[in-house]
Amino acid sequence: MAEYLVLIYEDESAMEQADPSAWQTMMDGHMAFGEKHGASMRGGNALQPAGTATSIRGDGAGGFTITDGAFAETKEALGGYYLLEAADLDEAIALAKEIPAAFGGVEVRPVRPLG
Amino acid sequence: MDASVEAAVADAHRREWAFVLAATVRVTGDIDLAEECVQEAYARALTTWPDQGVPARPGAWLTTVARRRAIDLLRRNATHERVLPQLVGTGDDAPDVPGAPGSIDDDRLRLIFTCCHPALAPESQVALTLRLVCGLTTSEVARLFLVQEATMAARITRAKKKIAAARIPYRVPAADELPARIDAVLTVVHLVFTTGHTAPAGSDLVRTDLVERALHLSRMLRSLLPEDPDVAGVLALILLTDARRPSRTSADGTLTLLPDQDRSQWDADEIAEGLALVREALGRRPPGRFALMAAIAAVHAEAPTWSSTDWAELVGLYDLLVRIWPSPVVSLNRAVAIGFADGPAEGLAALDALAAEPQLATYGYLASARADFLRRLGRHDEAAAAYRRALALTDNAVEAEFLAARLAESEREARPAS
Repeated sequence: MAEYLVLIYEDESAMEQADPSAWQTMMDGHMAFGEKHGASMRGGNALQPAGTATSIRGDGAGGFTITDGAFAETKEALGGYYLLEAADLDEAIALAKEIPAAFGGVEVRPVRPLG
Repeated sequence: MDASVEAAVADAHRREWAFVLAATVRVTGDIDLAEECVQEAYARALTTWPDQGVPARPGAWLTTVARRRAIDLLRRNATHERVLPQLVGTGDDAPDVPGAPGSIDDDRLRLIFTCCHPALAPESQVALTLRLVCGLTTSEVARLFLVQEATMAARITRAKKKIAAARIPYRVPAADELPARIDAVLTVVHLVFTTGHTAPAGSDLVRTDLVERALHLSRMLRSLLPEDPDVAGVLALILLTDARRPSRTSADGTLTLLPDQDRSQWDADEIAEGLALVREALGRRPPGRFALMAAIAAVHAEAPTWSSTDWAELVGLYDLLVRIWPSPVVSLNRAVAIGFADGPAEGLAALDALAAEPQLATYGYLASARADFLRRLGRHDEAAAAYRRALALTDNAVEAEFLAARLAESEREARPAS
């Protein structure tokens, strides 16, 4: 078995403008996903909008530059994640397809085991 | 070195590479190590077969040697505590015996499905398939796609790393995924064929080596998945299209288009085999895209002359194809068929409806098809402009020469500028 981090990227402005029922559908979808795949679930959460992000970069000489905003400004912003356990990429992709992401999509990244 | 032994090894390389590698990967659980062992097995064949004779079943001999070498290396690695990350799906229940019916075929399919996994970039799928399934060297693959060897090596390495790190399984997909995954494999095979059929660049119209690899791959798939209508469709499409190869360039190397080809030069065996496969591929309703494309090629193959082509049938087939596989290129071909079924003015109108397609903006065939209809309508000024545009969009020397000749003809026909 291996772990996969599934990153949910969605268009924040489209989500804000969406009908409240779309929001409810999404939340119901996440609840259903969590209940159905509890055995594979190693973690997961929603994030505050990208506007709340702070990026910190070391300058290599002990100093830091702190800037407002996410590392990469994209139309679709990271809005949440799941940490899932799966036997292989096919199984991880099958799980990822069930994650609601009506305003974007998800990215599946294998976790590199350390140590 | 005995030339017949060398030929036997080359033949075994062409025929058995996928078989030997796929079976060895099951032992090593690692593609790179398996490749190394298989290469050594072929090298061993070159030194052993001259004395001991060519074995009755070269594939089984090579598999045994490669697997023995792999087990050796794995033992040595184990003592050095260097454990390789196992490819998912190789350490499972089914320990296969070389030569056991079913199991080996299954391994080749595992290899093909791994190379053509949709999580790999399309150009990586093609490169991996030619490298691992066809046994081409990295420099050969690089030459086929006209990229630097270092670029191709990096592409293949990156793809192999992803297979290991993301755990792309070495497995035949489950039944519910199988149609989509077979389609991905056939897309790769078809891309290998089309790249060879009209080389995007270079001095030759056809890259025979790529065409033959595509034919070899589709025959292998046909033997492994004999019931699949899409596999039958791809093989039919390749056979029926390739059957025209002898007539596509004239003796002096210039391009001859379908209307002017000498149909007596077409390969009758390939056509007969292709037509039988088309009928099989069309047996499933609704027919898949490769079955329809093959049926289109069959209409041309069955017409004794260009003027007796059943254009109405072709338009009907393109209508079906556009519905299941909407693409600007299919629409373009449909427009050309309309031009022959209903007349050049109708064809031109259908082509001009596609003018805004961004995908066709740099596609030379749109310009050359427009040029051809304009020429037939006697609008030579406009035809010349369209030929000029088509000429600017091709990097293939044979095509360019053909278009330049048509351009000169249109310029002669056009009224002199006043």
